[in-house]
Amino acid sequence: MSVSASEISPNVGAPHSDGRRIIYRHTLLVRATHWINALCFVLLLMSGLQIFNAHPALYWGAQSTFDKPLLALTAQQGSDDSIQGVTTIFGKSFTTTGILGASRDESGQLTERGFPSWMTIPSYQDLATGRRWHFFFAWLLVLNGVVYVTNLFARRHLKDFLPSGRELRAIPASIREHARLRFPRGDEALHYNVLQKLAYLSVIVALPLLVLAGLTMSPAIDAAFPWLVTLFGGRQAARTIHFIMAFYLVGFVIVHIVMVLISGFLNNMISMITGRYAIEEGRREA
Amino acid sequence: MKREAILSRRQMLTRAAMGGAALGLAGCDRLSNATGSRSVLDAAENLTRGAQRALLAPRDALAPEYGPADLSPGFKPNGSVDPDDPDYVQARDEHFVNWKLGIGGLVDKPTQLSLADLRQLPARAQITRHDCVEGWSCIGKWKGAPLGPILTAAGLKPSARYIAFYCADTLEQTLDGTGQYYETIDLVDAFHPQTILAYDMNDEPLPVAHGAPLRLRVERQLGYKMAKYVMRIEAIESFDKMGRGRGGFWEDRGYEWYAGI
Repeated sequence: MSVSASEISPNVGAPHSDGRRIIYRHTLLVRATHWINALCFVLLLMSGLQIFNAHPALYWGAQSTFDKPLLALTAQQGSDDSIQGVTTIFGKSFTTTGILGASRDESGQLTERGFPSWMTIPSYQDLATGRRWHFFFAWLLVLNGVVYVTNLFARRHLKDFLPSGRELRAIPASIREHARLRFPRGDEALHYNVLQKLAYLSVIVALPLLVLAGLTMSPAIDAAFPWLVTLFGGRQAARTIHFIMAFYLVGFVIVHIVMVLISGFLNNMISMITGRYAIEEGRREA
Repeated sequence: MKREAILSRRQMLTRAAMGGAALGLAGCDRLSNATGSRSVLDAAENLTRGAQRALLAPRDALAPEYGPADLSPGFKPNGSVDPDDPDYVQARDEHFVNWKLGIGGLVDKPTQLSLADLRQLPARAQITRHDCVEGWSCIGKWKGAPLGPILTAAGLKPSARYIAFYCADTLEQTLDGTGQYYETIDLVDAFHPQTILAYDMNDEPLPVAHGAPLRLRVERQLGYKMAKYVMRIEAIESFDKMGRGRGGFWEDRGYEWYAGI
């Protein structure tokens, strides 16, 4: 998950003879917090799915309405001896054998399981250990996030993610450019484009919301800050929001990785490792 | 020919990625069990307890309470729901008339309280949300005797740091007897106003599935802390020698002793 303040200083590096200019794009702090964040995200997601598997159903409101879940991953006995994975969303059921509800364990046996073993930490069913992983890396994520956000405000980088009115009006044009896989070059590549700004901004909002929804599941936090439970519409609603936000971030990460791959993979990776980003001058003709 | 080469390279990369992921997963499984890495992961519990206890100032901040309209139509029983331990079965069949709660350990005045004795004590009723470690929540009404005054009456010795709850139910058959349910809480929670020994649930005597005749309510922690079928309470200095030394049945099986989250 890359929430990275751009450290763009146009004065760094004059254009090379090959029409490329190297800029210093990400500070060490941004690069370090980015990779810590990425590690935390993967481990939190997988341990989170382990925790979810202990009761693979979601509800709205304060409590669990067991007969009316919003989402439930269950297993049903098939006509023969086999079991079927069934996913129920808003009362509609789908067969999802092999992935959701029932999937194969290490011995290849179809077993009742919310998410499959390759998506969870540990791979086997173990709620206690899943919680240990989750809370350890939740602390790391939060501390890392505090460092990142402090830097974001201290160095006034938030504005790098705030689109102007002109940019917002140009969203359709930006979408067309992205669809044609044409990415900004030259001076335009010195700042994030409007879609990048909105995507990164949404993550800067979504992550704290995700953490808050997670904290609202804690009975001790609910005693300390009862307004949190009210804010999210109840503990089970908070659990559902926690789950939805997690999958919003999964969607972000997938798009993020695809964009990293197709918009100059090596250049992007080098810039998030060394900070240095190469900008090609001029626009490529279609 | 060229196409094949590209495909095989792609396949190779895919396999490398899948192999890497599988290796990562296996690594996580190994780290879950290795003592060193496990104690690093487990360190987060102390951080959580420290932070939450600091946030819970004043320390008797109450868990949210709900109204009668919020009561769950089907409060889910969990863990033991019908213990078959002979002593318990006998007490249950006698409707707990001969049952007595033992109070001992590091107290000046060890005592025994019958259900009638407990019902004579000042009572507290509360409609609270029960959060299971598995993720679900139910809302129930609990009435019982606050634990704090009972401990004060028994006279805690200065060395007492925890309160232990010995339960009637064997949740797991083990050779060494560590499958017997027990729990421990510290004095912060023991003296919290919502910490009660509940004998009524939803205005009825506590049902067997929910821990009859007496269960603990510790409203700022998860369900597994709230021992059911409580037979004996002891003030203790340390829980190292109890069970497998982690402070409770589920704690002995890897769950956090501090279950505020």
